[in-house]
Amino acid sequence: MEFVSRTEGAVVALKVKGVRELVARARKAEGGQRKTLAGEAREWPLAVYHALREAGVRHMAFVPDAGHSELIQLFDADKNVTSNVLTTEEEGIAIASGAWLGGMRSVILMQSSGVGNCINMLSLATISRFPLLMLVTMRGEWAEFNPWQVPMGRATEPALNAIGVRTMRAEAPEELIEIVGSAATLAYEADQQIAVLISQRMLGRKKW
Amino acid sequence: MVKPITVKPMSKVSGLDRRQAVAALLKDRGDLLVLCGLGSPSYDVHAAGDHDANYYLWGAMGAAALMGLGLAQARPERDVLVITGDGEQLMGLGGLATIAVAKPTNLTIVVIDNGHFGETGMQKSHTGHGLEIAKLAQACGLEARVLQSLEEIKASRTQLHRKSKGPRLYVIKVKAENVPRSLPPRDAVHLKNRFRTKLGLLLS
Repeated sequence: MEFVSRTEGAVVALKVKGVRELVARARKAEGGQRKTLAGEAREWPLAVYHALREAGVRHMAFVPDAGHSELIQLFDADKNVTSNVLTTEEEGIAIASGAWLGGMRSVILMQSSGVGNCINMLSLATISRFPLLMLVTMRGEWAEFNPWQVPMGRATEPALNAIGVRTMRAEAPEELIEIVGSAATLAYEADQQIAVLISQRMLGRKKW
Repeated sequence: MVKPITVKPMSKVSGLDRRQAVAALLKDRGDLLVLCGLGSPSYDVHAAGDHDANYYLWGAMGAAALMGLGLAQARPERDVLVITGDGEQLMGLGGLATIAVAKPTNLTIVVIDNGHFGETGMQKSHTGHGLEIAKLAQACGLEARVLQSLEEIKASRTQLHRKSKGPRLYVIKVKAENVPRSLPPRDAVHLKNRFRTKLGLLLS
């Protein structure tokens, strides 16, 4: 797996063989400081975080989702990243657009139900060709217990495509890391509007 | 028992002249970065003088103040002014909570409040029915007040260039009237590139 991205103006080339190697590098880079993250069991959030930071992301906005919890913690703990908690997901589209107008790369984290809240606001990103990178954790598609999640889960990808946002779907952690790197380049370098959909099968059953 | 809120309907004829008010706000604007919400406020800003550091929204209602937040966070050394209408801000009320929590010290939101949806036939808006956006903003934690006169607008102008403890919101009550339109460019990519060039940023 290979992707090339930009960090604070410097171009960094990363060659990794998968999520474990990238995580090992990330842990080494941190000097083994991080020990108490809630999501130790899942290693992909740390790899996604590092892929986004390597891509020069210094700004984040989110409506929480259990699937994003570690990533939110990682960004919150990073003093070099500005994080925003939102009342509704569409706010993130406007905030990310404003950040880009000022020269900053932003990522938005949300659940598939939140995509429905964003649709008209996405016209801001598409008509202005503002780089847009959304990471969307999917609900309503795999071992879902809550029927209310199903309609928007089904509508997420077609709705995004209909408004002009390109979707890239990850079914496994290794694939996700690769996709995030690629999506970041497409968004920030090629002015594209990208939603990375993280499959519910990969996230696993919701535990109660 | 909760005391019922009494709602005072807003008169269409009271309030300031919107063009005078916005022109007074933007006089000697210096390095201000200006974002405008959809509708008459963007015509007012354009009438006051087009500028490379102006970004006009032609859609995405509810976006203006939040776009201001993103810009203010990306450029903490600059002062950001959002000029929008009551209808546009009403569509993004939750955004006031988000902005309050984010606490930018370089963001001022000015709501040009005519109490009506001016673009769509002058239907009365929530503020026309008595809702006070300044009070809502205050409750969220913004420093908010109503500017009553051109003198107050002039006096507050210097504040726009000073760092504050947190985000500010001013409401300017204007007459509900459709003045001749002064249309800003509608090409959003042009506006984006013009704005970023002004900030010395690379175009991709």
